[in-house]
Amino acid sequence: MSSVPAKQEPATEGTPPPPSGEVLEVTDLSVTYAADRGPVVAVDQVSFQVGPGEFLGIVGESGCGKSTLLFAIAQLLSAPAAITGGSVTFQGRSMVGLTDRQLAAVRWKDLSVVMQSAMNALNPVRPIRAQFADAMRAHGVRSKAEIASRSAEVMKMVGIDPVHLNSYPHQLSGGMRQRSMIAMAMLFTPDLVIMDEPTSALDVVAQRSLMVQIKELQQRLGFAVIFVTHDMSLISHFSDRLMVMYAGQVAELGATQRLFDQPLHPYTAGLMEAFPSIHGPRRQLTGIPGSPPNLATPPPGCRFEPRCPKAMERCVATAPELYQVDGTEVRCLLHEDGTVEEKTA
Amino acid sequence: MTSTSDPAANGTALLRTDKLTRHFRIGNALSQQTLHAVDEVSLTIGEREIVALAGESGSGKSTIARLLAKIYKPTSGEIYFQGKPVAGIKSRKDRLRYSGLAPMVFQDPFASINPVFRVSHGVLRGLKLHRPELSRDERYAEACRVFEVVGLTPADEVLQRFPHELSGGQRQRVGFAQALAMRPKLILADEPVSMLDVSIRIGLLNMMADLRDSQGVSILYITHDLASARYVADRLIVMYAGRVAESGPAEEVMANPRHPYTQLLLSAAPDPRAPLGVGAETDRGEPPKVINPTPGCRFRWRCPLAIDKCHQVTPELSQMTPGHQAACHVAEEGAEVKAFG
Repeated sequence: MSSVPAKQEPATEGTPPPPSGEVLEVTDLSVTYAADRGPVVAVDQVSFQVGPGEFLGIVGESGCGKSTLLFAIAQLLSAPAAITGGSVTFQGRSMVGLTDRQLAAVRWKDLSVVMQSAMNALNPVRPIRAQFADAMRAHGVRSKAEIASRSAEVMKMVGIDPVHLNSYPHQLSGGMRQRSMIAMAMLFTPDLVIMDEPTSALDVVAQRSLMVQIKELQQRLGFAVIFVTHDMSLISHFSDRLMVMYAGQVAELGATQRLFDQPLHPYTAGLMEAFPSIHGPRRQLTGIPGSPPNLATPPPGCRFEPRCPKAMERCVATAPELYQVDGTEVRCLLHEDGTVEEKTA
Repeated sequence: MTSTSDPAANGTALLRTDKLTRHFRIGNALSQQTLHAVDEVSLTIGEREIVALAGESGSGKSTIARLLAKIYKPTSGEIYFQGKPVAGIKSRKDRLRYSGLAPMVFQDPFASINPVFRVSHGVLRGLKLHRPELSRDERYAEACRVFEVVGLTPADEVLQRFPHELSGGQRQRVGFAQALAMRPKLILADEPVSMLDVSIRIGLLNMMADLRDSQGVSILYITHDLASARYVADRLIVMYAGRVAESGPAEEVMANPRHPYTQLLLSAAPDPRAPLGVGAETDRGEPPKVINPTPGCRFRWRCPLAIDKCHQVTPELSQMTPGHQAACHVAEEGAEVKAFG
């Protein structure tokens, strides 16, 4: 194994982007799946930034493109999916078009990904210790003592007795497996950790304690987090900003508290009405009727129009852009004039 | 809504279990051990009632569903369905009849429907097997009827689709339609919504309430999400490590949880409408595998209120208020229990 060159590798050709202070900048990113019946645009011109130490939540239903977006950021897409437009800038250099070797230098060290199912992400025939060691050796750590001590350190960080380093994945509970994935992501204290529904296979108590743990680690070590989930209630107390995706596009992007207090997009409002509460009066909820559109043939106007309780005539044919409303971005014609108040038809 | 009193008391119980116990042998010939999956669970499900069975992974909730469906045989204890012991059901005919009266709906709608057949296949096969008196046309009409009831419209068209053409929520509705076609009295629903998107779940919960009200079926709703249990269930049974920790009218148990474990579950439920309760009470424990247990409360290792008695005597369910029971020594003595949240 050749030693991996460090970060002085030049970025892609062309002028390097000006340093912006953001950890990650995604600009007009589009991802297309080449399907038999024509291309399917799963991620459509998505733009957002993540600042140092920021916790960004991404919410949406199955098939809204949130996982595809994560894969595109981490350069994990494989055919038939491909980035067809836009850029991903991580720490000031473009991620799109990097070779596998260049990516290997970044992965785990500066950017880690925690997948949805730890059971499938961990190697079932090797103990946790060996898998940690692999990641460290790949980044040039040779000393066995160093590997052992760092492995034990990160396991303690996530609240697991380091004795479990000798365990195989099947010997751990679901919560512990997911925690050891997060420990592995912490090996080099990266600047950005991408998490794809890490808690969805866990039950509520384990889920809650894992979320608290992620938040504690994030505040202590100062890394940024992109956290994808379909459960808005889960991240309400944890994320700084929230991005709501619908049918491959950004529907609403703004401060978490703001979105919960006053959702602007009818889809965001619908998501908020979709989960029952253990507090307050017991009342009938309706959820969101219907299902997301087929992305091979998206509706010509607003993509949410067929399911929207506030749809107007114009929505059928006019595709809304992202409008700036009081620090929030929202894709809805009701807020076309940039005010919080909804326009009357 | 059903009455909130205990259905056992007024004789309307559809299903009743008496000290239902299921142990599993684990280990090899040299290290024989016994896993206590379910221990002495006595519960009742009334007519037209949704009973939520809540608890973490490994608390024995799915084992109970399988015992009630006669997939497992109890180690000891008995199940009574409409007053008759289920263990007495032996012949193929009686077994078929029972599984039609108490069908199961499974957790994973992607794995529980055969992908190579149209969705009509499953429901028509079920009808052929369980209701042989129906003619071919009647079977089809019945399939259309149950698809309409669960909200898969137009039924005629949906019946012709393949599972991969349906969303997760629609597939789970197919599961309920298949169960409903047998004219059941009790549907055993094992985490029916946990694999679905949050935005889809509420529609299914509403459908379950509608099945109770319009079709008169009872539902055993197995879940680890207390918020959804509160939304849909009439009564709530909380399990921990194979035993019932607390049971009672759903609203009453939520408003006034007496078992520390119920309080832990409540504090863990994500709720943006509540202030964030992250802090010292955050629990890092996990439910135990109950192997060769010794007497004592099984929650004592995670319980901040555990007293000496909890380490020696297994707490029995005792009445808190009418219909509301908890198995906790501290609560039994009338003390204010405030462990989590």
